[in-house]
Amino acid sequence: MNAPMPAAALQAKDFKSDYKPVWCPGCGDYSVLSAITKALAMLELKPENVAVVSGIGCSSRIPAYTSCYGFHGVHGRALPAATGLKVARPELTVLVASGDGDGYSIGGNHFLHACRRNVDLTYIVMDNHVYGMTKGQPSPTTEPDWRSKLAPGGTGVREFHPLVIALASGANFVARAFSGDPNGCAALIAEAVRHPGFSFLEVLSPCVTFRPDQRGWKELVHPAPVAPTDDPARAARRIMTDDGFNIGVLYKGNRRVYAPPAAKGGTVADLEKAFQL
Amino acid sequence: MKTKPKPSTQYADFMSRAYTMELEATERYTQFAEQLETHNNREVASLFRKLAEIEKLHAKRILEEMQWPSVPALAPAYAWEGAEGPETAPFDSLHYLMQPWHALEIALHCEREAQKYYAGIAASRAPKPVRDAAREMAAEEAEHVRLIKAWMTRVPKPEAGWDEDPDPPGVR
Repeated sequence: MNAPMPAAALQAKDFKSDYKPVWCPGCGDYSVLSAITKALAMLELKPENVAVVSGIGCSSRIPAYTSCYGFHGVHGRALPAATGLKVARPELTVLVASGDGDGYSIGGNHFLHACRRNVDLTYIVMDNHVYGMTKGQPSPTTEPDWRSKLAPGGTGVREFHPLVIALASGANFVARAFSGDPNGCAALIAEAVRHPGFSFLEVLSPCVTFRPDQRGWKELVHPAPVAPTDDPARAARRIMTDDGFNIGVLYKGNRRVYAPPAAKGGTVADLEKAFQL
Repeated sequence: MKTKPKPSTQYADFMSRAYTMELEATERYTQFAEQLETHNNREVASLFRKLAEIEKLHAKRILEEMQWPSVPALAPAYAWEGAEGPETAPFDSLHYLMQPWHALEIALHCEREAQKYYAGIAASRAPKPVRDAAREMAAEEAEHVRLIKAWMTRVPKPEAGWDEDPDPPGVR
């Protein structure tokens, strides 16, 4: 008999819930969901030890589609909720799911400060350069000359550069993935989770409905030609000068992780008492 | 049971890749079926379910051949030449109004890619047991290509404008 393949504790399917995603057929977010569940299986985690926190938007539906604990928060506010959760329950693996609208526009301020605090979170942003859920308005990462009925003539506004912002704000791990490569994306998510501190993973995830042009991304993405660096200045230069389609880990830092001592335990009644006016 | 010569490590690796390839194809067709079920395109969804079942059977046959455990873990991702296995349908190939013919067109592309993959190994300098197995699998994939082509003759080819939606999601 040939050597059997090693059996994993749990398989990717064990991290999927019974709810079926309602994204458009062909949406890149299906592959991100698949990558997240594969990564959790690779990490040999258990659903009850993982929490997935999100805000609002197509990407933010992800918690419901996993069998982990989930919190579908308010628009742009996934990071504060996730930060509170991780600080209160440091033993949990906390993933945060967002999109370019939710994460970089209304949640932009939280993004900066989450990077700065460096709490041990993994922030996965599915970037499709458009607000898909609300019918295709330009988002912070939309190209200035992208035209639609909702933005005739384009916005004319320079796009936000999330990776360099994350780096400048103190994120401890910065990487870019592509949803069309779910195995590669899963490996990057696993690496982001393993790395201590705030890990930021930008996933290029095409919107086939409002940005059909993004089907062409699969021809443009390519592995980053260099190994990850721990030098922020070098990483910044690389990120600022790349073509936006470099896939891989671009920065791996070693900043001290923010992890305050655990608060004294108490009952719900104690908590209510503390909040009494 | 017929006794077979002990396959080489390379042979086991090759079969493991073949198994992963079938599993990845199964997984993608299942995803496609679920996506189209959600969007109430039941006819195409059921066709993708059928395709997933066929790929699953192929995976099962590899397990039996290799006498691997019945429910193994998904093997680690292999470094395919592309982002995914040769038989995996591109994730963005769906349209909510697509018709069975389109689904078969996707399957035809995948089977051809798989055939090319195995034919490439059969023509390589791989060890003989690997080349033999690859040749056999390339022939099987060629048969699948033929079957899908025949299947395509039994479903109507979509007319122009098949994707026209009087109430489209996009504001153009």
